[in-house]
Amino acid sequence: MGVWDKEQYVREGVPPFQDERRFTQVGKSVPKIDSPAKVRGEAIYTDDIVLPGMAYGRIKRCTEHAHAKIKKIDYSKALAHPGVLAVLIGDEAPKKWGMLPQTANETVLAVDKVRFNGEGVAAVAAVDEETAEIACDLIDVEYEPLPVLLDPFESMQRAGEIQIHEDAPGNILHEGEQVFGDVDKAFKECKYILEREFKTNMPQQGFLEPQAALANYDPQNGQLRLWSSSQIAHYLHRQISDVLEMPMNKIRVTVPTVGGGFGGKAEACVNEFVACLLSRKIGRPVKVTFDRSEVFYTNKGRHPCHMKMKIGLDADGYIQAVDFDNTLDKGAYAGWGIVVLFYSASMIHLPYKVPNARFRGRCVYTNKPSMGSMRGLGGVQPRFAMECMLDELAEMMGISPFELKMKNAVESGYTAVNNMYVPHTEYKRSLQKAVEKSGYLEKHGKLPFGKGIGLAGGYYITGTAYTLYMSYKPHTSVLLRVDTEGGVTLHCSAVDIGQGSNTVMAQMAAEALGVHFEDVHIQSHDTEVGTFDLGTFASRLTYATGIAIRDAAEKINGKLKEIAAGLLGCRADHLAIKDRKIYSIYEAERKSMEWEKVVEIAVNTTGSLAAMGHFSPPRRRGFDLTSGKRAQGANIGHSPTFGFSCQIFEVDVDLETGKIKVTRVTESGDMGTMINPMAADGQVEGSIVYNLGACLYEDQFFDKDGIHLNPNFQDYKMPTIMDMPEMDINTLTDSYDPTAPFGAKETGEGAVQPTFPAIVNAIYDAIGIRFTEVPITPEKVLKALKEKKKGK
Amino acid sequence: MKQLIALDINDQIYEVPVDPWDLLSDVIRKKVRLTGTKKGCEQGDCGACTVLINGQAVLSCLTLAIACQGKKITTIEGLAEQDGRLHPIQQSFVDYGAVQCGFCTSGMILSSKALLDSNPKPGREEIKRALSGNLCRCTGYKKIIEAVEVASETMSKEGVK
Repeated sequence: MGVWDKEQYVREGVPPFQDERRFTQVGKSVPKIDSPAKVRGEAIYTDDIVLPGMAYGRIKRCTEHAHAKIKKIDYSKALAHPGVLAVLIGDEAPKKWGMLPQTANETVLAVDKVRFNGEGVAAVAAVDEETAEIACDLIDVEYEPLPVLLDPFESMQRAGEIQIHEDAPGNILHEGEQVFGDVDKAFKECKYILEREFKTNMPQQGFLEPQAALANYDPQNGQLRLWSSSQIAHYLHRQISDVLEMPMNKIRVTVPTVGGGFGGKAEACVNEFVACLLSRKIGRPVKVTFDRSEVFYTNKGRHPCHMKMKIGLDADGYIQAVDFDNTLDKGAYAGWGIVVLFYSASMIHLPYKVPNARFRGRCVYTNKPSMGSMRGLGGVQPRFAMECMLDELAEMMGISPFELKMKNAVESGYTAVNNMYVPHTEYKRSLQKAVEKSGYLEKHGKLPFGKGIGLAGGYYITGTAYTLYMSYKPHTSVLLRVDTEGGVTLHCSAVDIGQGSNTVMAQMAAEALGVHFEDVHIQSHDTEVGTFDLGTFASRLTYATGIAIRDAAEKINGKLKEIAAGLLGCRADHLAIKDRKIYSIYEAERKSMEWEKVVEIAVNTTGSLAAMGHFSPPRRRGFDLTSGKRAQGANIGHSPTFGFSCQIFEVDVDLETGKIKVTRVTESGDMGTMINPMAADGQVEGSIVYNLGACLYEDQFFDKDGIHLNPNFQDYKMPTIMDMPEMDINTLTDSYDPTAPFGAKETGEGAVQPTFPAIVNAIYDAIGIRFTEVPITPEKVLKALKEKKKGK
Repeated sequence: MKQLIALDINDQIYEVPVDPWDLLSDVIRKKVRLTGTKKGCEQGDCGACTVLINGQAVLSCLTLAIACQGKKITTIEGLAEQDGRLHPIQQSFVDYGAVQCGFCTSGMILSSKALLDSNPKPGREEIKRALSGNLCRCTGYKKIIEAVEVASETMSKEGVK
């Protein structure tokens, strides 16, 4: 067993057989099942695979322009070069792809024009990487440069003159409005009203493993296999089928070990299509691995947001209205755009009670790499605005931000005005615990100039309510097999990207079946061996697979209990299974059998046991029963349940250099049951450092022609170990969501939400300056300090 | 013109044909086929390709293979015992949750090994400095530091090198 075992979920006075929280496998910090292979260097990532006869693919990119018509592509020299096997251009695969089928507008390689710097215009397959690279240089492309639009407001303004997509007038992907209650009337009755504007940056995911894909098309039987570093085996499967115009059942997607994703691999990637298309063309396996600059060129980082927010409180400090206007910089292609737009809209409805809310937003095309889904998608930007404003409003009222947030925090059973339902929350206790552990109330406003402490809260979804294409099928299915040879095998195509879903699934399956976690074999990462799963995004896996696992296990347990009941001479519904034993809950001493023995008898009588389990999230869409109105925003933001957290940051501002050092972070989160506390802590610690980087320095830069200026880790700075603050993680160990599988909710995306505003509020506490733009670089700090001095 | 060189990797001699400009990381991964050494940036920024050369942590993506003849190279595959038992640093990375996606892990462990070999009882700041060239995007580094501290204790207790 692990070394960080925390208190068990045992309640005094509840007999074990009635206590659904008395776990033996869940709640334990067992080491991750894939870590031994990883520390030995034996885990196989996609680029590590070499197949017999494998060719190497490479993409020719437009590095000289960000927006240009393609006049001519001449690849005759490349094709004639020895060792070159094939060349591919955009016209050969014109079918458009994208995460949302309704807005799919990206082609594998640019057709007619390029819309961002670094977009692919051709691809080659060659016998080795060097030849592939030479071949790319031998391709001549003639461009006619077009005006470059880099700012969303300029893009809207000049849309009449220059349009990025023919079918997007105004250069707008989508514009939307959501109105709940009477916002204007509510503001009239507010005592405290604050209006602010905020602007966020363009960080990218920064996973360490560049994308790699290996495709192998078999011309004999028309089957295609794809190995790829992806978070979304299923959506990838679907899109490959679409673009290659092949039925899904002729394609098998396998995901080897994934070297991090953070949402960056939650979208199909050009190298996957290129590998498949080239392999089909030459009948040989083709591998396409990106170098770091290509990861930057094609990255689908966080949407820069230009936000206007207005919040009104009544005389007692209760929020009465929130008005939120958001302009998102979409970059070149649609991708996850509409989803992100409306997630940002939903974020104002929690974790505080907001009776009247209005959102207006638009997702605007620019000539930058497309933005996409990045850890905590849609939440980080509005959370930044809202938590900073509540800090300022508390100051206006003369009360502590903690008090203001406690006053407005939601409680279990809350339904927001947009119909988002919160079955369970311990947000208030998270706030309390973080405040208590950090000494926030004693320090806030009382530290010497240059030192500060800041508080912020946040929440995130535990999976989505809807698939991205219209479908009613369950979002996750698992197959549990029990036999005398393999023991327990769990099949599910869910992908572990390092967060530990394979381990967590094994723990949950063991708990549900009453065996030990090391008894469970996991068959995941594969659309053929694994059963259906939607993918690794939206903090959905623990919850979704947990419910499906419990569903399947109940079926297996039912069969075993029936057999054991006959053998033990008792009722099947009096039997429990735990710790590899089947026993009567009333006569555990006398009536008990080894689980393995019962399995053997079952297999000998009727054969191996197998059961499917499914998860479908509750659907809250449709018509509001009282008003008869259709729910707004396609119900993006709804989730079976939500995770909550509070972070308190302490910072030192160097008044000479403007450098901000985060010294200490105190966190307390409500994620329900931690299936694996050590892994859960790892998610929280990782989240804090992740967004600390984006708050203080990470950003992508472009020159006036849209040329990417820092597509490498030298110029794109991410936090190193030297930037790590002291971290005190106090996840609530007794939080339990009775509606969730094993009581477990999300983490890993919720924990990135409070980071920006907690830092920004701490900086205000330190130097009395409220920043409304991230990243907060030393230059900005020095400039603000100078202005402040002048003002005095 | 390729030339045949002999590389001593994990106490085994590999004869490989290389061009003078071939990088050690590529030779290790593609010619020797030890894929535990990872390439995250190929520009010396991320540390995923760290190997030990004569006991020193070196970025193999900035090192020419041809310059490594006659030197002792250790990759992540050379760290465990002959019977497959994990080295204490590997074991503590597993036990203390210092591994998430695993892509930085080989480099992290080898940088830690170089540190602990030269400084068996490092302080927290010394650990940080030794690992400052190894990026990790998953863990937030906290559990990595804890793992190195535990490994340092185990190694000095058991006299492991």
